[in-house]
Amino acid sequence: MRSGTLAVARAIARRDLLVEWRSRVVTNQVIPFAVLVMVMFAFALDSDAVLERVAPGLVWLATIFSVLFLTARSFAVETADGALDAMRSAGVNPVAIFLGKSVAVAVQLLVLDVALVVAAVVLYRADVSLGGGVLLVTTILVATTGLASVATLYGGLAAGTKGRETLLPLLLLPVVAPVLIGATRATESAFGTNGIAVSEGWPWLGLLAVFAVLFSVVGAVAFGPLVDE
Amino acid sequence: MTASTATTGRPDRVTGTPFTRALGIVTLVGVLWLSWFGLFVTPADVNQGESVRIMYAHVPGAWLAYLAFVVTGISSAAYLWRRTRSLTWDRIAGASAEIGVLFMGISLVTGSLWGRLTWGTFWTWDARLTTTAFLFVTYVGYLAVRNLGGSHHQRARRSAVLALLAVLEIPLVHFSVELWNSLHQEASVAGNTDVTMDGLMLFTLFLGVIVFTLMYVWLLLHRQRALALQDLVDDTGLDLAIAARRAEVG
Repeated sequence: MRSGTLAVARAIARRDLLVEWRSRVVTNQVIPFAVLVMVMFAFALDSDAVLERVAPGLVWLATIFSVLFLTARSFAVETADGALDAMRSAGVNPVAIFLGKSVAVAVQLLVLDVALVVAAVVLYRADVSLGGGVLLVTTILVATTGLASVATLYGGLAAGTKGRETLLPLLLLPVVAPVLIGATRATESAFGTNGIAVSEGWPWLGLLAVFAVLFSVVGAVAFGPLVDE
Repeated sequence: MTASTATTGRPDRVTGTPFTRALGIVTLVGVLWLSWFGLFVTPADVNQGESVRIMYAHVPGAWLAYLAFVVTGISSAAYLWRRTRSLTWDRIAGASAEIGVLFMGISLVTGSLWGRLTWGTFWTWDARLTTTAFLFVTYVGYLAVRNLGGSHHQRARRSAVLALLAVLEIPLVHFSVELWNSLHQEASVAGNTDVTMDGLMLFTLFLGVIVFTLMYVWLLLHRQRALALQDLVDDTGLDLAIAARRAEVG
Protein backbone atom coordinates (compact mmCIF):
# COMPACT_ATOMS: atom_id res chain seq x y z
CA MET A 1 0.00 0.00 0.00
CA ARG A 2 2.76 2.44 0.97
CA SER A 3 4.83 1.77 -2.11
CA GLY A 4 1.62 1.98 -4.15
CA THR A 5 0.91 5.43 -2.71
CA LEU A 6 4.42 6.61 -3.56
CA ALA A 7 4.18 5.21 -7.08
CA VAL A 8 0.86 7.01 -7.64
CA ALA A 9 2.31 10.22 -6.15
CA ARG A 10 5.27 9.96 -8.53
CA ALA A 11 2.92 9.41 -11.47
CA ILE A 12 0.85 12.47 -10.49
CA ALA A 13 3.95 14.63 -10.05
CA ARG A 14 5.27 13.47 -13.43
CA ARG A 15 1.95 14.16 -15.11
CA ASP A 16 1.71 17.68 -13.60
CA LEU A 17 5.25 18.51 -14.65
CA LEU A 18 4.63 17.10 -18.11
CA VAL A 19 1.53 19.29 -18.46
CA GLU A 20 3.65 22.28 -17.44
CA TRP A 21 6.50 21.30 -19.72
CA ARG A 22 4.15 21.16 -22.69
CA SER A 23 2.05 24.22 -21.88
CA ARG A 24 5.04 26.34 -20.70
CA VAL A 25 2.81 28.43 -18.47
CA VAL A 26 5.48 28.72 -15.76
CA THR A 27 8.33 29.66 -18.07
CA ASN A 28 6.29 31.92 -20.34
CA GLN A 29 3.96 33.56 -17.83
CA VAL A 30 4.69 33.01 -14.13
CA ILE A 31 8.45 33.66 -14.21
CA PRO A 32 8.05 36.79 -16.37
CA PHE A 33 5.35 37.93 -13.93
CA ALA A 34 7.64 37.41 -10.92
CA VAL A 35 10.54 39.25 -12.57
CA LEU A 36 8.15 42.03 -13.56
CA VAL A 37 7.14 42.34 -9.90
CA MET A 38 10.85 42.76 -9.04
CA VAL A 39 11.14 45.55 -11.64
CA MET A 40 7.99 47.22 -10.30
CA PHE A 41 9.45 47.13 -6.76
CA ALA A 42 12.45 49.01 -8.15
CA PHE A 43 10.14 51.70 -9.56
CA ALA A 44 8.23 51.95 -6.28
CA LEU A 45 11.26 52.06 -3.99
CA ASP A 46 13.43 54.12 -6.32
CA SER A 47 16.74 53.84 -4.51
CA ASP A 48 19.69 51.47 -5.03
CA ALA A 49 20.52 51.49 -1.33
CA VAL A 50 16.96 50.67 -0.27
CA LEU A 51 16.66 47.97 -2.93
CA GLU A 52 19.87 46.31 -1.79
CA ARG A 53 18.59 46.39 1.79
CA VAL A 54 15.17 44.90 1.01
CA ALA A 55 16.18 42.54 -1.84
CA PRO A 56 15.75 39.31 0.23
CA GLY A 57 12.23 40.25 1.30
CA LEU A 58 11.26 41.17 -2.25
CA VAL A 59 12.52 37.83 -3.59
CA TRP A 60 10.25 36.01 -1.15
CA LEU A 61 7.29 38.32 -1.64
CA ALA A 62 7.50 37.73 -5.38
CA THR A 63 7.75 33.98 -4.68
CA ILE A 64 4.65 34.01 -2.49
CA PHE A 65 2.63 36.00 -5.05
CA SER A 66 3.69 33.53 -7.71
CA VAL A 67 2.74 30.54 -5.54
CA LEU A 68 -0.85 31.74 -5.77
CA PHE A 69 -0.73 31.51 -9.57
CA LEU A 70 1.14 28.22 -9.62
CA THR A 71 -1.35 26.62 -7.25
CA ALA A 72 -4.38 28.00 -9.06
CA ARG A 73 -2.91 26.68 -12.31
CA SER A 74 -2.11 23.30 -10.74
CA PHE A 75 -5.74 22.82 -9.70
CA ALA A 76 -7.31 24.44 -12.76
CA VAL A 77 -5.76 21.57 -14.73
CA GLU A 78 -7.50 19.13 -12.35
CA THR A 79 -10.94 20.68 -12.16
CA ALA A 80 -11.33 21.77 -15.80
CA ASP A 81 -12.36 18.26 -16.83
CA GLY A 82 -13.19 16.82 -13.42
CA ALA A 83 -9.86 14.96 -13.09
CA LEU A 84 -9.76 15.41 -9.33
CA ASP A 85 -13.24 13.89 -8.90
CA ALA A 86 -12.34 11.12 -11.33
CA MET A 87 -9.21 10.25 -9.35
CA ARG A 88 -11.13 10.27 -6.08
CA SER A 89 -13.91 8.07 -7.43
CA ALA A 90 -11.29 5.74 -8.91
CA GLY A 91 -10.10 5.23 -5.34
CA VAL A 92 -6.80 7.09 -5.64
CA ASN A 93 -5.40 7.73 -2.17
CA PRO A 94 -5.70 11.48 -1.39
CA VAL A 95 -2.29 11.28 0.29
CA ALA A 96 -0.82 10.34 -3.10
CA ILE A 97 -2.64 13.20 -4.83
CA PHE A 98 -1.39 15.63 -2.19
CA LEU A 99 2.22 14.42 -2.34
CA GLY A 100 2.29 14.29 -6.14
CA LYS A 101 0.88 17.76 -6.61
CA SER A 102 3.08 19.22 -3.83
CA VAL A 103 6.21 17.84 -5.42
CA ALA A 104 5.21 19.24 -8.83
CA VAL A 105 4.51 22.68 -7.34
CA ALA A 106 7.80 22.54 -5.38
CA VAL A 107 9.82 21.77 -8.53
CA GLN A 108 8.22 24.69 -10.39
CA LEU A 109 8.89 26.96 -7.39
CA LEU A 110 12.55 25.94 -7.37
CA VAL A 111 12.91 27.03 -11.00
CA LEU A 112 11.10 30.27 -10.19
CA ASP A 113 13.32 30.99 -7.18
CA VAL A 114 16.49 30.51 -9.20
CA ALA A 115 15.16 33.09 -11.67
CA LEU A 116 14.28 35.47 -8.83
CA VAL A 117 17.70 35.18 -7.17
CA VAL A 118 19.34 35.91 -10.52
CA ALA A 119 17.00 38.90 -10.89
CA ALA A 120 17.98 40.11 -7.39
CA VAL A 121 21.69 39.80 -8.25
CA VAL A 122 21.26 41.63 -11.53
CA LEU A 123 18.68 44.26 -10.58
CA TYR A 124 19.31 44.83 -6.87
CA ARG A 125 23.08 44.20 -6.72
CA ALA A 126 22.63 41.32 -4.30
CA ASP A 127 25.89 39.51 -3.67
CA VAL A 128 26.27 35.82 -2.80
CA SER A 129 29.48 34.39 -1.35
CA LEU A 130 30.30 30.66 -1.41
CA GLY A 131 29.13 30.08 2.21
CA GLY A 132 26.12 32.27 1.53
CA GLY A 133 25.35 30.18 -1.54
CA VAL A 134 25.11 26.99 0.53
CA LEU A 135 22.76 28.74 2.96
CA LEU A 136 20.72 30.19 0.09
CA VAL A 137 20.28 26.84 -1.66
CA THR A 138 19.23 25.15 1.59
CA THR A 139 16.81 27.99 2.37
CA ILE A 140 15.23 27.77 -1.07
CA LEU A 141 14.86 23.98 -0.82
CA VAL A 142 13.29 23.99 2.65
CA ALA A 143 11.11 27.08 2.17
CA THR A 144 9.89 25.77 -1.18
CA THR A 145 8.90 22.44 0.36
CA GLY A 146 6.84 24.19 3.03
CA LEU A 147 5.26 26.64 0.60
CA ALA A 148 4.36 23.91 -1.90
CA SER A 149 2.74 21.75 0.82
CA VAL A 150 0.62 24.47 2.34
CA ALA A 151 -0.32 25.90 -1.06
CA THR A 152 -1.41 22.46 -2.32
CA LEU A 153 -3.48 21.91 0.82
CA TYR A 154 -5.38 25.20 0.52
CA GLY A 155 -5.39 25.08 -3.28
CA GLY A 156 -7.23 21.75 -3.07
CA LEU A 157 -9.78 23.30 -0.73
CA ALA A 158 -10.36 26.30 -3.00
CA ALA A 159 -10.33 24.21 -6.22
CA GLY A 160 -13.61 24.17 -8.08
CA THR A 161 -15.33 26.59 -5.69
CA LYS A 162 -16.93 29.90 -6.54
CA GLY A 163 -14.54 32.79 -6.06
CA ARG A 164 -11.46 30.55 -5.78
CA GLU A 165 -9.21 33.26 -7.25
CA THR A 166 -9.84 35.47 -4.24
CA LEU A 167 -10.36 32.74 -1.65
CA LEU A 168 -6.92 31.19 -2.07
CA PRO A 169 -4.93 34.37 -1.24
CA LEU A 170 -7.20 35.06 1.75
CA LEU A 171 -6.57 31.58 3.15
CA LEU A 172 -2.94 31.18 2.14
CA LEU A 173 -1.26 34.51 2.83
CA PRO A 174 -1.78 34.55 6.62
CA VAL A 175 -0.50 30.98 6.88
CA VAL A 176 2.74 31.55 4.98
CA ALA A 177 3.82 34.47 7.17
CA PRO A 178 6.37 32.25 9.01
CA VAL A 179 7.95 31.31 5.66
CA LEU A 180 8.17 34.93 4.59
CA ILE A 181 9.81 35.86 7.90
CA GLY A 182 12.18 32.88 8.10
CA ALA A 183 13.20 32.77 4.46
CA THR A 184 13.75 36.54 4.28
CA ARG A 185 16.01 36.54 7.35
CA ALA A 186 18.00 33.55 6.09
CA THR A 187 18.37 35.13 2.65
CA GLU A 188 19.53 38.40 4.23
CA SER A 189 22.40 36.46 5.79
CA ALA A 190 23.13 34.70 2.52
CA PHE A 191 23.26 38.03 0.66
CA GLY A 192 25.18 39.65 3.52
CA THR A 193 22.59 42.45 3.64
CA ASN A 194 23.62 45.13 6.17
CA GLY A 195 26.73 43.10 6.96
CA ILE A 196 24.76 40.25 8.56
CA ALA A 197 26.99 37.16 8.88
CA VAL A 198 26.10 33.94 7.05
CA SER A 199 26.10 32.03 10.36
CA GLU A 200 23.21 34.16 11.65
CA GLY A 201 20.97 32.83 8.89
CA TRP A 202 21.13 29.16 9.83
CA PRO A 203 18.86 29.32 12.92
CA TRP A 204 16.01 30.58 10.70
CA LEU A 205 16.28 27.33 8.78
CA GLY A 206 14.91 25.68 11.92
CA LEU A 207 11.69 27.67 11.63
CA LEU A 208 11.43 26.88 7.92
CA ALA A 209 12.08 23.18 8.57
CA VAL A 210 9.39 23.00 11.28
CA PHE A 211 6.96 24.64 8.88
CA ALA A 212 7.86 22.31 6.01
CA VAL A 213 7.59 19.13 8.10
CA LEU A 214 4.39 20.26 9.84
CA PHE A 215 2.53 21.13 6.66
CA SER A 216 3.79 18.13 4.70
CA VAL A 217 2.45 15.79 7.39
CA VAL A 218 -0.70 17.72 8.24
CA GLY A 219 -1.37 18.39 4.56
CA ALA A 220 -1.18 14.68 3.73
CA VAL A 221 -3.69 13.94 6.50
CA ALA A 222 -6.06 16.88 5.94
CA PHE A 223 -6.09 16.96 2.12
CA GLY A 224 -8.52 14.04 1.81
CA PRO A 225 -11.26 15.44 4.08
CA LEU A 226 -10.84 18.91 2.53
CA VAL A 227 -11.31 17.89 -1.11
CA ASP A 228 -13.71 15.01 -0.50
CA GLU A 229 -17.18 15.22 -1.95
CA MET B 1 -46.06 26.69 -2.46
CA THR B 2 -42.63 28.12 -1.80
CA ALA B 3 -40.13 27.45 0.96
CA SER B 4 -40.82 30.74 2.66
CA THR B 5 -44.53 30.07 3.12
CA ALA B 6 -43.71 26.73 4.68
CA THR B 7 -41.31 28.16 7.24
CA THR B 8 -43.09 31.38 8.07
CA GLY B 9 -46.37 31.31 9.93
CA ARG B 10 -45.03 28.63 12.26
CA PRO B 11 -44.82 30.39 15.64
CA ASP B 12 -42.61 27.64 17.13
CA ARG B 13 -39.76 28.41 14.69
CA VAL B 14 -38.16 31.22 16.65
CA THR B 15 -34.69 31.42 18.13
CA GLY B 16 -35.77 32.72 21.53
CA THR B 17 -36.66 30.59 24.56
CA PRO B 18 -37.53 31.66 28.12
CA PHE B 19 -33.89 31.03 29.03
CA THR B 20 -32.46 33.23 26.26
CA ARG B 21 -34.98 35.96 27.04
CA ALA B 22 -33.91 35.95 30.70
CA LEU B 23 -30.27 35.84 29.65
CA GLY B 24 -30.87 38.72 27.24
CA ILE B 25 -32.38 40.86 30.00
CA VAL B 26 -29.52 40.05 32.40
CA THR B 27 -27.01 40.90 29.64
CA LEU B 28 -28.73 44.19 28.87
CA VAL B 29 -28.74 45.18 32.54
CA GLY B 30 -25.06 44.17 32.69
CA VAL B 31 -24.20 46.32 29.67
CA LEU B 32 -25.95 49.31 31.23
CA TRP B 33 -24.15 48.71 34.54
CA LEU B 34 -20.82 48.36 32.73
CA SER B 35 -21.42 51.56 30.73
CA TRP B 36 -22.34 53.47 33.88
CA PHE B 37 -19.30 52.24 35.82
CA GLY B 38 -16.95 52.45 32.84
CA LEU B 39 -17.96 55.92 31.72
CA PHE B 40 -18.88 57.69 34.98
CA VAL B 41 -18.07 55.90 38.22
CA THR B 42 -14.47 54.80 37.63
CA PRO B 43 -11.78 57.47 37.88
CA ALA B 44 -9.61 58.64 34.99
CA ASP B 45 -6.15 57.06 34.96
CA VAL B 46 -3.16 58.99 36.30
CA ASN B 47 -1.12 58.39 33.14
CA GLN B 48 -3.68 57.58 30.46
CA GLY B 49 -6.41 60.02 31.48
CA GLU B 50 -9.92 59.43 30.16
CA SER B 51 -8.70 57.10 27.41
CA VAL B 52 -8.38 54.32 29.99
CA ARG B 53 -12.16 53.88 29.66
CA ILE B 54 -11.67 52.28 26.23
CA MET B 55 -10.13 49.39 28.11
CA TYR B 56 -13.49 48.34 29.61
CA ALA B 57 -14.73 47.45 26.12
CA HIS B 58 -11.38 46.50 24.57
CA VAL B 59 -10.19 43.87 27.05
CA PRO B 60 -13.55 42.05 27.39
CA GLY B 61 -13.94 42.20 23.59
CA ALA B 62 -10.55 40.56 23.07
CA TRP B 63 -11.37 37.98 25.76
CA LEU B 64 -14.69 37.19 24.06
CA ALA B 65 -12.99 36.77 20.68
CA TYR B 66 -10.41 34.35 22.07
CA LEU B 67 -13.15 32.44 23.91
CA ALA B 68 -15.19 32.26 20.69
CA PHE B 69 -12.24 30.89 18.69
CA VAL B 70 -11.52 28.29 21.36
CA VAL B 71 -15.18 27.21 21.21
CA THR B 72 -14.94 27.03 17.41
CA GLY B 73 -11.89 24.78 17.72
CA ILE B 74 -13.51 22.48 20.29
CA SER B 75 -16.82 22.19 18.41
CA SER B 76 -14.94 21.49 15.17
CA ALA B 77 -13.07 18.65 16.87
CA ALA B 78 -16.37 17.39 18.30
CA TYR B 79 -17.85 17.36 14.80
CA LEU B 80 -14.90 15.48 13.32
CA TRP B 81 -14.93 12.89 16.09
CA ARG B 82 -17.20 10.12 14.82
CA ARG B 83 -19.06 9.52 18.07
CA THR B 84 -20.14 13.12 18.52
CA ARG B 85 -20.68 13.95 14.84
CA SER B 86 -23.65 16.29 14.64
CA LEU B 87 -24.41 19.36 12.56
CA THR B 88 -25.19 21.16 15.82
CA TRP B 89 -21.45 21.18 16.57
CA ASP B 90 -20.80 22.59 13.13
CA ARG B 91 -23.35 25.36 13.64
CA ILE B 92 -21.93 26.18 17.07
CA ALA B 93 -18.46 26.40 15.48
CA GLY B 94 -19.76 28.68 12.72
CA ALA B 95 -21.82 30.90 15.00
CA SER B 96 -18.93 31.19 17.44
CA ALA B 97 -16.48 32.15 14.69
CA GLU B 98 -18.84 34.86 13.42
CA ILE B 99 -19.11 36.37 16.90
CA GLY B 100 -15.36 36.00 17.39
CA VAL B 101 -14.55 37.85 14.15
CA LEU B 102 -16.96 40.64 15.08
CA PHE B 103 -15.47 41.14 18.52
CA MET B 104 -11.89 40.71 17.37
CA GLY B 105 -12.62 43.49 14.87
CA ILE B 106 -14.05 45.63 17.66
CA SER B 107 -11.07 45.06 19.93
CA LEU B 108 -8.59 45.76 17.10
CA VAL B 109 -10.32 49.08 16.41
CA THR B 110 -10.67 50.07 20.08
CA GLY B 111 -7.10 48.91 20.71
CA SER B 112 -5.64 51.05 17.96
CA LEU B 113 -7.67 54.07 19.08
CA TRP B 114 -6.38 53.56 22.61
CA GLY B 115 -2.86 53.10 21.26
CA ARG B 116 -3.11 56.37 19.35
CA LEU B 117 -4.15 58.22 22.51
CA THR B 118 -1.67 56.52 24.84
CA TRP B 119 1.38 55.62 22.74
CA GLY B 120 0.77 58.16 19.99
CA THR B 121 0.51 55.45 17.35
CA PHE B 122 -2.35 53.35 15.97
CA TRP B 123 -0.25 50.25 15.55
CA THR B 124 2.96 48.67 16.77
CA TRP B 125 4.48 45.44 15.42
CA ASP B 126 4.23 43.80 18.80
CA ALA B 127 3.92 40.00 18.59
CA ARG B 128 0.59 39.89 20.37
CA LEU B 129 -0.94 42.58 18.19
CA THR B 130 0.35 41.08 14.98
CA THR B 131 -0.85 37.59 15.90
CA THR B 132 -4.26 39.05 16.74
CA ALA B 133 -4.46 40.64 13.29
CA PHE B 134 -3.54 37.29 11.71
CA LEU B 135 -6.13 35.55 13.85
CA PHE B 136 -8.74 38.00 12.58
CA VAL B 137 -7.84 37.42 8.90
CA THR B 138 -7.63 33.64 9.40
CA TYR B 139 -11.18 33.47 10.74
CA VAL B 140 -12.45 35.83 8.04
CA GLY B 141 -11.11 33.18 5.64
CA TYR B 142 -12.78 30.46 7.71
CA LEU B 143 -16.13 32.22 7.37
CA ALA B 144 -15.58 32.57 3.61
CA VAL B 145 -15.04 28.80 3.38
CA ARG B 146 -18.23 28.17 5.35
CA ASN B 147 -20.16 30.02 2.66
CA LEU B 148 -18.79 27.97 -0.23
CA GLY B 149 -21.96 25.92 -0.55
CA GLY B 150 -22.35 22.19 -1.02
CA SER B 151 -24.14 19.86 1.36
CA HIS B 152 -24.32 20.63 5.07
CA HIS B 153 -21.96 17.80 5.98
CA GLN B 154 -19.55 18.85 3.24
CA ARG B 155 -19.51 22.38 4.66
CA ALA B 156 -19.15 21.00 8.18
CA ARG B 157 -16.19 18.73 7.39
CA ARG B 158 -14.37 21.33 5.32
CA SER B 159 -14.73 24.07 7.89
CA ALA B 160 -13.95 21.77 10.83
CA VAL B 161 -10.66 20.71 9.23
CA LEU B 162 -9.89 24.35 8.48
CA ALA B 163 -10.61 25.37 12.08
CA LEU B 164 -8.23 22.71 13.37
CA LEU B 165 -5.58 23.86 10.88
CA ALA B 166 -5.98 27.36 12.30
CA VAL B 167 -5.32 25.98 15.79
CA LEU B 168 -1.99 24.66 14.45
CA GLU B 169 -1.07 27.76 12.48
CA ILE B 170 -1.68 30.39 15.08
CA PRO B 171 1.07 29.29 17.52
CA LEU B 172 3.51 29.02 14.60
CA VAL B 173 2.63 32.50 13.36
CA HIS B 174 2.91 33.87 16.90
CA PHE B 175 6.29 32.19 17.42
CA SER B 176 7.71 33.48 14.14
CA VAL B 177 6.42 37.01 14.69
CA GLU B 178 7.97 36.93 18.15
CA LEU B 179 11.32 35.85 16.68
CA TRP B 180 11.04 38.53 14.02
CA ASN B 181 10.06 41.13 16.58
CA SER B 182 13.01 40.34 18.85
CA LEU B 183 15.23 41.88 16.16
CA HIS B 184 13.19 45.08 16.09
CA GLN B 185 13.25 46.22 19.69
CA GLU B 186 12.92 49.87 18.73
CA ALA B 187 9.36 49.22 17.56
CA SER B 188 8.03 48.15 20.94
CA VAL B 189 6.25 51.18 22.30
CA ALA B 190 4.29 48.87 24.58
CA GLY B 191 6.93 49.07 27.27
CA ASN B 192 5.66 49.42 30.81
CA THR B 193 1.92 48.99 30.68
CA ASP B 194 1.93 46.70 33.70
CA VAL B 195 0.86 49.27 36.22
CA THR B 196 -1.00 48.43 39.40
CA MET B 197 -4.70 49.09 39.00
CA ASP B 198 -7.20 50.83 41.17
CA GLY B 199 -9.65 48.38 42.82
CA LEU B 200 -12.74 49.91 41.24
CA MET B 201 -11.13 49.88 37.80
CA LEU B 202 -10.18 46.24 38.24
CA PHE B 203 -13.73 45.43 39.31
CA THR B 204 -15.19 47.20 36.26
CA LEU B 205 -12.83 45.30 33.98
CA PHE B 206 -13.90 42.06 35.66
CA LEU B 207 -17.55 43.08 35.28
CA GLY B 208 -16.88 43.74 31.58
CA VAL B 209 -15.49 40.23 31.11
CA ILE B 210 -18.57 38.68 32.76
CA VAL B 211 -21.04 40.85 30.84
CA PHE B 212 -19.31 40.15 27.53
CA THR B 213 -19.28 36.42 28.28
CA LEU B 214 -23.05 36.50 28.93
CA MET B 215 -23.49 38.46 25.73
CA TYR B 216 -21.45 35.82 23.91
CA VAL B 217 -23.64 32.97 25.20
CA TRP B 218 -26.78 34.90 24.27
CA LEU B 219 -25.53 35.68 20.75
CA LEU B 220 -24.25 32.13 20.27
CA LEU B 221 -27.57 30.50 21.21
CA HIS B 222 -29.55 32.75 18.91
CA ARG B 223 -27.12 32.57 16.03
CA GLN B 224 -26.77 28.80 16.28
CA ARG B 225 -30.55 28.41 16.13
CA ALA B 226 -30.80 30.87 13.26
CA LEU B 227 -28.22 28.81 11.35
CA ALA B 228 -30.23 25.65 12.08
CA LEU B 229 -33.32 27.35 10.64
CA GLN B 230 -31.26 28.44 7.64
CA ASP B 231 -30.22 24.83 7.05
CA LEU B 232 -33.86 23.78 7.42
CA VAL B 233 -34.90 26.31 4.80
CA ASP B 234 -32.22 24.93 2.46
CA ASP B 235 -33.42 21.35 3.01
CA THR B 236 -37.15 21.88 2.87
CA GLY B 237 -36.77 24.38 0.05
CA LEU B 238 -35.24 21.68 -2.14
CA ASP B 239 -37.81 19.07 -1.07
CA LEU B 240 -40.65 21.45 -1.80
CA ALA B 241 -39.22 22.35 -5.19
CA ILE B 242 -38.92 18.64 -6.06
CA ALA B 243 -42.48 17.99 -4.84
CA ALA B 244 -43.79 20.90 -6.88
CA ARG B 245 -41.97 19.64 -9.97
CA ARG B 246 -43.38 16.13 -9.45
CA ALA B 247 -46.89 17.55 -9.06
CA GLU B 248 -46.41 19.43 -12.32
CA VAL B 249 -45.25 16.31 -14.17
CA GLY B 250 -47.68 13.89 -12.60
